[in-house]
Amino acid sequence: MTQVQEQDGYVTADGRQIGPVLMDLRDITLRFGGVEAIKKISFDIREGEIRAIIGPNGAGKSSMLNVISGFYHPQEGEVWFKGYRRGPMKPYEVARLGVARTFQNIALFDGMTVLDNIMTGRLNKMSSGILSQAIWWGSAEREENHNREQVEKIIDFLEIQNIRKTPVGRLPYGLKKRVELARALAAEPQLLLLDEPMAGMNVEEKEDMSRFILDVNDEFGTTIALIEHDMGVVMDLSDRVVVMDYGRKIGDGTPDEVRNNKEVIDAYLGVAHD
Amino acid sequence: MTDPQTPTGELLSVPALLARNVARYGNRPAYREKEFGIWQSWTWAEAAEEIRAMALGFMALGLKQGDYVAIIGRNRPAHYWGMIAAQMCGAIPVPLYQDAVAEEMAYVLEHCGARFVLCGDQEQVDKVLEVEETVKAVDQIIYTDRRGMRKYDHSRMNALDDVQAEGRAAAQRLGPELDARAAALDYDSTCVMLYTSGTTGKPKGVVLSNRNIIETARNSAEFDHLRQSEEIVAYLPMAWVGDFIFSLGQAMWAGFTVNCPEGAHTMMTDMREIGPTYFFAPPRVFEGQLTTVMIRMEDAGRFKKWLFRHFMAVAQRVGPALLDGKPVGPVDRLSYALGKLFVYGPLKNTLGLSRVRVGYTAGEAIGPEIFDFYRSMGINLKQLYGQTEASVFITQQPDGQVRSDTVGVPSPGVEVRIGENGEVFYRSPGTFVAYYKNAESTASTKDPEGWVATGDAGFFEETTGHLRIIDRAKDVGKMADGSMFAPKFVENKLKFYPNILEAVLIGNGRDYCTAMINIDLGAVGNWAERNNIAYASYQELAGHPQVYATIKEHVEAVNRSVADDEMLSGCQVHRFLVLHKELDPDDGEMTRTRKVRRAVVSDKFSDLVDALYDGSDSVHTETEVTYEDGRKGKISATLKIENAEVFGAAQGQKVAAQ
Repeated sequence: MTQVQEQDGYVTADGRQIGPVLMDLRDITLRFGGVEAIKKISFDIREGEIRAIIGPNGAGKSSMLNVISGFYHPQEGEVWFKGYRRGPMKPYEVARLGVARTFQNIALFDGMTVLDNIMTGRLNKMSSGILSQAIWWGSAEREENHNREQVEKIIDFLEIQNIRKTPVGRLPYGLKKRVELARALAAEPQLLLLDEPMAGMNVEEKEDMSRFILDVNDEFGTTIALIEHDMGVVMDLSDRVVVMDYGRKIGDGTPDEVRNNKEVIDAYLGVAHD
Repeated sequence: MTDPQTPTGELLSVPALLARNVARYGNRPAYREKEFGIWQSWTWAEAAEEIRAMALGFMALGLKQGDYVAIIGRNRPAHYWGMIAAQMCGAIPVPLYQDAVAEEMAYVLEHCGARFVLCGDQEQVDKVLEVEETVKAVDQIIYTDRRGMRKYDHSRMNALDDVQAEGRAAAQRLGPELDARAAALDYDSTCVMLYTSGTTGKPKGVVLSNRNIIETARNSAEFDHLRQSEEIVAYLPMAWVGDFIFSLGQAMWAGFTVNCPEGAHTMMTDMREIGPTYFFAPPRVFEGQLTTVMIRMEDAGRFKKWLFRHFMAVAQRVGPALLDGKPVGPVDRLSYALGKLFVYGPLKNTLGLSRVRVGYTAGEAIGPEIFDFYRSMGINLKQLYGQTEASVFITQQPDGQVRSDTVGVPSPGVEVRIGENGEVFYRSPGTFVAYYKNAESTASTKDPEGWVATGDAGFFEETTGHLRIIDRAKDVGKMADGSMFAPKFVENKLKFYPNILEAVLIGNGRDYCTAMINIDLGAVGNWAERNNIAYASYQELAGHPQVYATIKEHVEAVNRSVADDEMLSGCQVHRFLVLHKELDPDDGEMTRTRKVRRAVVSDKFSDLVDALYDGSDSVHTETEVTYEDGRKGKISATLKIENAEVFGAAQGQKVAAQ
């Protein structure tokens, strides 16, 4: 286990100050009927860090992310977020707490433009009623202008100005992923969950995406938890890595620590059969 | 040099022009930039305030008179202002190509000894920092876009906003000195230093004085009656002389509005929103647009296709005559008007060319079909011929005398003569002062009387007085049998096919000519899609037998037309291959302005050249490529070599060669 548990944050090798614990998962167990997808796993996510969850197929990574996002509620264990214990919640309640996510299989509205898709990410920031929205006057107009401004900043940040008005269905895969990231960012999350952000991308797209993830973390100070298969990407991007195998946690620490962990090497990186 | 033209009064520098524009057009928009999806605009008065704050900020950071300020970034108002602010401080702006890799940048930064560097964003700052390991002169780095810059060591680095804020705070302290420095600028002080693209060797720093820029801007603005109401879109590299003249020189002289797109990739949308009235583009852009239109027409319904074809035929017949003010019958007029309603109008609107009053193309020869396409739609597209050393303008086409095969008459104030060897010489108020730190090259290019050798071979048409350019003088050679070898002539004919992006003709001193061809991925890729041809990579598509067959048709068609030209019929392509990679400036095969470096190409692909001449059917090759981030890799391929049919006298030549 890492040695940073009880301190108030730490400083990374490249000089970033990582804050106190944002989310603490304690002895989480998740069952689907008789199948134990997650077995007594504990780890934490600190403010401002990039935390990766890795593991072979079926290790329970996505389930873990769904627990973090509040979509699944674990049978055992506690989820502490910002110092409070989180009970069972509806997804929108979790979103209001400042958690946003992207999906492994892109979940955008194909017929809507990029701009409209990203605007949906601002839904939680809208407070004017149906009536004033309908006549679009006064506060509703101001609100939309403000939201549009925020969205435009994100569009600029992710360099997708040229596809602002393009329907999402017409975009190539790599760009769709970027639009999804944009929508998640539009919610101004404190904790951003990325489910395989690089799956199915070519090297160049992966490089772009990595750059954006680092930039998001750097520029907005967003805490990021991500699942990824590409080991190179994970080791380069993340501050700390959790390794799962068959629903168990078999490693936790900096990329270097994880890379040299015997059990991790055996389980995930491969073991020579002689 | 030449006698000064009619005096321009007090307007002897760009800052002086700026002051005049503030007085005269104060509340008219001077600059616009699309940011966050909205066009932001600055009036002349506002722009002048920003520029002054910048200049004061530069001075506060210690910019001295005679210093060089490198500017690296995309077209943004802030970067144009940075150039003017540097001039106000008595420093010399040096815009650089933003897509240059670090080592290219190192040479230029070293050569000009820039103390200040204004960078567009983090990417450019990174390059400058990388270069700093060898180049020690850089003292201050200033960046426009704050993104990603927070963690950098800021001991010698500032955001432009902060520099301006500091400048505003120091206005009282430094104001008088700034005014004195700006007032000290005269016609002979250096306005800008621009680096040539370096088709043949290391780039050279061309020093252009205020006289060069302002006289040229005035003459050319008068030639085309440019007014303060013009709108232009600034999207060409800032390091290129054309952009400097159009977006800074002429804009300052005529007082028109410069619009900067959101980014290179939004250019087409932004152009549509602005609707420029004065537009410049290299042939590549026009070709690209036409290819896109044609691809989209292929996908249109039958009726639309018919409509398009029918009215384009009408336009081809009637359009140019209408544009040149020649008499046209009432029936033709009517059908042209209908065509305008149904086809040309909407098409021009889509291309963002609805309001273009004067359009120019230069840099390379433009295909007659492409040229006519635009002109027939009623776009006043003209050609000009120029170079950095002339502050662009040498010759240009007057309204009503436009043809695709000439480059027009000498621009106002420019004298042109043809040397004994056919080389074009000129002398003008725009003629550069010198190559920086290179007296030898200056002397060999510019003679004591001010005549400059262009390096291009050409002649004046006797009937019209228009100049025609044949080729680069030193590219024109002789074949083994003594007939003339002019590669550009054939390459241009090949490139006029949308499927062919680039072609390199080989044959100097040889028995027959061969060619290396680059396919256009846009056009060929679309064709492949429509014909259900699957391909995984550029390389695979380039080597596809059906692609080869198409290219072969094009080559033979070109041969047929080359055969008609008595002087050049020896230049027909006997054998060709389709290259497995696109020629790329990052690999040094082209200049940043996308001109092929012949020597590099024939040296780098010498194995391919050998194969073209030893009669083999295919050749295996391995080529080093440079990725965008500067890393190197290798690609290997087996290329097929195809024979093409030749016509006329060349048929015998082929037999003799084998």
